[in-house]
Amino acid sequence: MKTLPLSVNPPLFIPFIVAGDPDPDVTIDLALALEEAGADILELGVPYSDPLADGPTIQRAAARALDGGMTLPKAIQLIGEMRKKGVNIPIILFTYYNPVLQLGEESFFALAQENGADGVLIPDLPFEESGSLRELGERFGLPLISLVAPTSKQRIERIASAAQGFLYCVSSLGVTGVRETLPETLGDFLREVKRHSRVPVAVGFGISAPEQVAMLKEVCDGVVVGSALVQKVEQLAPRLQAPDEREAAVAEFAAYARSLAAPLREPCSSR
Amino acid sequence: MMERVPNEYGRFGDFGGKFVPETLMLPLEEIEAELDKALADESFKQEYIRILQHYSGRPTPLTFAPNLTQRLGGAKIYLKREDLNHTGAHKINNAIGQALLAKRMGKKKLIAETGAGQHGVAAATVAAHFGMDCIVFMGEEDIKRQELNVFRMKLLGAEVVPVSSGNRTLKDATNEAIRYWVAHCDDHFYMIGSVVGPHPYPKMVREFQRVIGDEAKEQFLAREGKLPDVIVACVGGGSNAIGMFYPFLQDDVRLVGVEAAGKGIDTPHHAATITKGTKGVIHGAMTYLLQDEYGQILEPYSISAGLDYPGVGPEHAYLASIGRVCYESATDDEAVAAFQLLAQTEGIIPAIESAHAVAKAVELAREMPPDETVLICLSGRGDKDVQTMMRHLGAREGEDIATVR
Repeated sequence: MKTLPLSVNPPLFIPFIVAGDPDPDVTIDLALALEEAGADILELGVPYSDPLADGPTIQRAAARALDGGMTLPKAIQLIGEMRKKGVNIPIILFTYYNPVLQLGEESFFALAQENGADGVLIPDLPFEESGSLRELGERFGLPLISLVAPTSKQRIERIASAAQGFLYCVSSLGVTGVRETLPETLGDFLREVKRHSRVPVAVGFGISAPEQVAMLKEVCDGVVVGSALVQKVEQLAPRLQAPDEREAAVAEFAAYARSLAAPLREPCSSR
Repeated sequence: MMERVPNEYGRFGDFGGKFVPETLMLPLEEIEAELDKALADESFKQEYIRILQHYSGRPTPLTFAPNLTQRLGGAKIYLKREDLNHTGAHKINNAIGQALLAKRMGKKKLIAETGAGQHGVAAATVAAHFGMDCIVFMGEEDIKRQELNVFRMKLLGAEVVPVSSGNRTLKDATNEAIRYWVAHCDDHFYMIGSVVGPHPYPKMVREFQRVIGDEAKEQFLAREGKLPDVIVACVGGGSNAIGMFYPFLQDDVRLVGVEAAGKGIDTPHHAATITKGTKGVIHGAMTYLLQDEYGQILEPYSISAGLDYPGVGPEHAYLASIGRVCYESATDDEAVAAFQLLAQTEGIIPAIESAHAVAKAVELAREMPPDETVLICLSGRGDKDVQTMMRHLGAREGEDIATVR
């Protein structure tokens, strides 16, 4: 099996935002701001009516985006728009499986490639069900990002050794959402995953504070920050959609993202 | 000869499988392994049957419906009386089976989702019986519609968690139950209420519901000396239907599943998933579902909270795709009329879910000769639906309920 690399250098800051939240134009501005703030990879969430792996924050963001008429094809085309407006970092499409099925697996990859996407992550498609999509991903040169969870145990080796792009570690049991604390066993889990992985290992779910980022960079290659940023978008939404306040609101968002990424840019004690 | 389903990947033909977050893969594998051991363990089966007999009152009777038969002037109509189970519906069969499996796995906390509240009540009941904790997720809209069942669950000691996402009905309650399970899978057992969800749930629930069909087959043969010509059951997720149909799949019996047509299958207000849906993934399984062209799941509608679900069990999708079972639908009005007809001819008040099966059976029996037979799976009793009936009949006829005939 091929390793499909992403051209990135750890440590990786991987922010997540939802396409079309609060509207598509704002999403493009937020992507530009995140790149400016030091994002290495952008994870672009496709809103879904029934997001089983997501907590209330991302559920609400999805509902806002769907109310605005966002769809999977439109979200992919939004990547094309981002490329035209100057977003250069790799973009990973985060989508549930059912919208991909309805678009058609091959059409999905073709459209994603055509619009400049760099990879795909499907949270409800476990390794065992992912065969046909992995093949298509290889054909179109788009890695299918795999996830491992604290319950993966003996599955880690199999999943990690076949991982493409980067490997996404779920920090703890549960759905996405800000967590006050992360499990004490997280370090051991991440070291175990790293031992088996040929690609960078990033951790996500619940990461919302610079202190957490500082701690995690010691044991893995990157962090995914989702709900904390989406919550910020939710707070700023009225201003993001007001023409005369948008620039200031985007700057506030960027500053918040930069504060989360900052610990990754400081010299590392054990690396 | 049909192929044996599900296969090792949990597939019924193209349907089924496990489309869940990675976190749940290990819990599902553990349940699968323990289920296979339990089903091969004679003492497990004996314990299950013993509890069904002494706690739930099985075997449930097979009742001939002479007045209804005479009224229609066609085939002889029989009822499999799942309404006479403890807690009033077939749901308890599955709840007892899964509670026994949870106990075997050392799990003492149950998670359940519920629509009308029947599965929630069954889960709360077995939790009390086995000394387990039980947390039931229920949509806020359903909580309003089924106040009595909510209180029943609380009386039984369960915690009922209102779900405010989406349309606040069964689909959303199921989402929330799965999310809670993802966070608590280390010490909780998810007791799903129908033949839906990721593998091995559709298989497990079928195995714990097939007692309906196994009993019915024996009873029918003893009574009529032959198998029924037609069997009819209602289909939401489809657990009573699979339980009834499964033992007859290899026989020369016409099987008819009845979905909820709500206000009509040509309106947007129905829950006729196989009749009108398309292939996709919902709650971890590939099946037919109601969705828009972009794969967003649509909100179903039915007068019956138990049939108000946008997906259907993957085995039903498979049986429809190979043509073994015929899936039809009945509207709210047809179900209400059948509800009244059965109540007034036989003195049996069916659940509004089961009334959908009665409606279709009435239609079929009328056209069949008197030497043929129709068996209806009467999946539950209708006490819980009396208020719904009052509202529906009052709204429709604009007259005093007491004079409704």
